[in-house]
Amino acid sequence: MIYQVSYIALFFFVIFVGLVLGLSFYYARKTRSASSYYAAGGQIHWAVNGIAFAGDYLSAASFLGICGMIATVGFDGFLYSIGFLAGWIVALFLIAEPLKRLGKYTFTDALNSTFKSRAITLTAAISTLIVSIFYLIPQMVGAGDLVTPLLGFPHWVGVVLVGLVVIFIVASAGMTSTTYVQFLKGALLLVLSTVLTIYILRNGLSLNPGFGNQSYHKFQEIYPEVENGKIVSAGDWNVVLQQESKGKQFVKLQLGGQARWYRLSEKDGAPVLQEALSIEEGEGGELLYNGQPKSKAEFFQVGHLSKIVVDGKEVSKTGPVGPFKFLSTVGNSEVVRFSEAKFESNGKKVTVFYQNPTSGQSFMLPGLKYKIGKGASIWSQMDFISLMLALFLGTAALPHILIRYYTVKSPRDARKSTILAIGAIGMFYVLTLFMGLGAAVNGVLDVESSNMAAPLLARAFGVVLFSIISAVAFATILGTVAGLIIASSGAIAHDLLDNYFNLDLTDGKKVRAGKIAAFGVGIIAIGLGIAFKGMNVSFLVGWAFSIAASANLPAILFLLFWKKSTAKGIAASIVTGIVASLGIILTSPTMWERYGLDPATAIHKLDNPAIISFPLAVIAAYVVSKATQKDNRERSEYVKSLEQTTA
Amino acid sequence: MIHEPAAESGIDNASKKKAKLGVRFFFLYLLFYAGFVVIGVFNYELLASEVGAGLNLALVYGMGLIVFAVLLGILYNNFCSRYEDEMNGEEGKA
Repeated sequence: MIYQVSYIALFFFVIFVGLVLGLSFYYARKTRSASSYYAAGGQIHWAVNGIAFAGDYLSAASFLGICGMIATVGFDGFLYSIGFLAGWIVALFLIAEPLKRLGKYTFTDALNSTFKSRAITLTAAISTLIVSIFYLIPQMVGAGDLVTPLLGFPHWVGVVLVGLVVIFIVASAGMTSTTYVQFLKGALLLVLSTVLTIYILRNGLSLNPGFGNQSYHKFQEIYPEVENGKIVSAGDWNVVLQQESKGKQFVKLQLGGQARWYRLSEKDGAPVLQEALSIEEGEGGELLYNGQPKSKAEFFQVGHLSKIVVDGKEVSKTGPVGPFKFLSTVGNSEVVRFSEAKFESNGKKVTVFYQNPTSGQSFMLPGLKYKIGKGASIWSQMDFISLMLALFLGTAALPHILIRYYTVKSPRDARKSTILAIGAIGMFYVLTLFMGLGAAVNGVLDVESSNMAAPLLARAFGVVLFSIISAVAFATILGTVAGLIIASSGAIAHDLLDNYFNLDLTDGKKVRAGKIAAFGVGIIAIGLGIAFKGMNVSFLVGWAFSIAASANLPAILFLLFWKKSTAKGIAASIVTGIVASLGIILTSPTMWERYGLDPATAIHKLDNPAIISFPLAVIAAYVVSKATQKDNRERSEYVKSLEQTTA
Repeated sequence: MIHEPAAESGIDNASKKKAKLGVRFFFLYLLFYAGFVVIGVFNYELLASEVGAGLNLALVYGMGLIVFAVLLGILYNNFCSRYEDEMNGEEGKA
């Protein structure tokens, strides 16, 4: 996408990011101990703590990704909203209390202290590292996407910028996110999402979604003469060439030095050429956007309704609508999505984004991304089940999710905080549906990346709203990236070098090893952030969840709920979970496309691995534990002693 | 990230009961959640049927899953508070 830099937006963006970062540093300096870090125990109002809890949980990347996915594939994006909340509830019900009884607060601590096994130290550290890196990818991709419309830089500059800033922060000061900063982020995200939803509903639905500060492109339709499937003439336009790609016909037309791609379609029984967007290689290898160099800014934002039906009647616009009316009207209307086709034409790579009218009914049902129901292949049905499984079980296996829950001594106020947090998180996920659909029909989508749907929608409503939303998302991503890099450098420096290899490093050397590890992980994150450009970040978060659900969750469930599990069984489960999930992801159709291969030729058709890797890890834990029962004496003594203290 | 609690909690007599309730609630929610997935895979057409206010079953069920999660979470917290009060006596109420 080509963006004009808005200096007002940039101004507010810098102010807000600066404010959030400044506050982070200020509180980080003030709070040295773990207890003042969370400042629980009555010093902070329960409502502040509750919203901070929500701020902890609502990852900016999933905010960008979910809205983007709903905007491009409808209900299938909403599956992520449902799954993320369900996953959090699973963590609360299943893991929170038993883990607390062990006196441990992350699963690696619980595993290490229970078994005192080197194999577990090693596998758990590797698992932490891999899950963190997979969680880092969507953060970096999201950061790159955010920076593009604000600064006008290409995506990779954004990724490098975030990477360097975070490496600098981690290496120099360390960054902690305190209650007040999380409160600020959580509250802003909730308030801004509500404001955006109100704007969407007040604005209603229109066939021509123009706004005060940007008008919507009018897509041309040309009725050509066709003989035997070949375009003979197309009005005033010259037919340059016609190209078939996966059963669809694309035509390049030229008029007065301007070349555009069209898709050959049918309307009321007559052939029609519908204008598309295109990116192609020019003569000198430079990229042409809609046939023009980037500087001409001939590329535009898309997404509209081609038919609006209210109470059985077609209308051109609705005016303000209520939330239910909004949803039902979209369901009865026709949404024009923009699908991608890639092919080679005269030896040049061409990407065409063509209009793909989709009935509101299918847009509001699962199936556009994860095809289920009649005619769906067993692979795509498995993919759907697999995704739902990973989202359900993945959250509980991410180490940091429940930290704030444990910070309370069990006072009444803390319960109120939790209830407020659950309500706030639930409300936010309902709002994602409106923001995503709002972006789909209001002509704000960037065909190159779905991740900016919500911020770009905000930009249509006002530059200040846009810059604040972007700044909140960006600052949150910075915080998350810093946290993940610290976690993975800790896994390398502390768990691997110190505990596993027993290198016996001095404190100074340990700190240095940690910093070198942080630098290394940061560089890897930058590379991956660039490599995964253009992918939806919620989809990527889904992968992190799949790995966590497969590698960590069986291990923790066996630890907590089956007394006969052994150290070798747990370690085998972690290894099986990592190898199986990673193996399936790396050979998936989506990765095939990233490698530059045809996704149709991938070894299998599964994009989400949990349906296979999770059961495998469970079997590994069970079988290996059974086979190594003689190791178990120590563990059962430990459990016995534990029960005596808690009985 | 700092992975330590704010304060060492004392002995919690209600812990076992809370954990048991959590497992029960988990299975309750799992049932409802799995219902959605099963309908999607085995009777997809049902998801398209209109349930009320012009909304299809997929939307109502999906939002229902969110609302149900919130309600169960609130219920779970209420029960936990009650157990703590009953079993820990005064020390539970900080």
